Amino acid sequence: MSDSGTYLYAVASESVPVDVPGVAGTPVRTLTRGALVAYVSTVPLAEFGEEPLRHSLEDLDWLAETARAHHRVVEEAARVPVAPVRLVTVYADDDQVHELLDRRGEEFLAVLFHVTGRREWGVKAYAGQAAGPAATPVNGGDPGRPGTSYLSRRRESLRGREQARRLAVTRAEHIHASLSRLAVASRRHRAQDPRLSGHDEWMLLNGAYLVDVGRDEEFAALVGSLGGDGVDVRLTGPWAPYSFTVLEPG
Amino acid sequence: MRRDVLSDDRLPAQRVALVDLLDRLLAGGVVVTGDLVLTIADVDLVRISLRALIASVDGPFEGP
Repeated sequence: MSDSGTYLYAVASESVPVDVPGVAGTPVRTLTRGALVAYVSTVPLAEFGEEPLRHSLEDLDWLAETARAHHRVVEEAARVPVAPVRLVTVYADDDQVHELLDRRGEEFLAVLFHVTGRREWGVKAYAGQAAGPAATPVNGGDPGRPGTSYLSRRRESLRGREQARRLAVTRAEHIHASLSRLAVASRRHRAQDPRLSGHDEWMLLNGAYLVDVGRDEEFAALVGSLGGDGVDVRLTGPWAPYSFTVLEPG
Repeated sequence: MRRDVLSDDRLPAQRVALVDLLDRLLAGGVVVTGDLVLTIADVDLVRISLRALIASVDGPFEGP
């Protein structure tokens, strides 16, 4: 068995020069098959084989470095429509990538057609302090019965929190629905863990939206209009269409 | 609203928050199976990576 594999970054129908290093500092090259181009690197299986990867993926520094290298290549390639491939997709050799392009060429072309002239934007919404439950209950309870008073305050507080939660969920759905109407396609990612995002506020929405290039400004303005009243809305992008190039495995 | 990235200008990869990037790289992109050395579908990549991240991150995190 060979000691190297072929790492696949992205598939496009047009090749552009990629002058950045790939994962593990490897040079990036292209493989052409019919109407499709694959961006690949030759990687050592000592690092990208199944067993080493199981360990490496648990190593934050390795993961961050690999994710950034993968992203750099995709960004370079994304000067034309591109279908990014999921992180650490490694084939035994170039022939297997050729075979993939032959076998699933139609699907790749359909995905590329879908993202042409469109870009992905990320929208994250956070509930700030104002959307949280009231600090003190409206009803002070019965002053003559401190125990009852405590329990009623507690109930009130829980009710307030539950109400705030429901309002926030509704608000997130409204934001997502409004943005989805302007977008060609949309998708909700799972909310980020506050320990990772560095935001203490509650993340209500972690959305991705595929938007026609001509409507970028309109989309940004809409995002801006949906914040306020204790909800902080943040826009990221444009991204290569990572969230909209999911092919069913096959 | 704060804008993390300007619309008309792709920012260098190092300015992109790692957590936003991983949302996309681990849950998006074309997933292909077959003769892969590592079949990603076999590994819950998101779970593994989040565990690694949470174990490694202490406090606010921004990409380098």
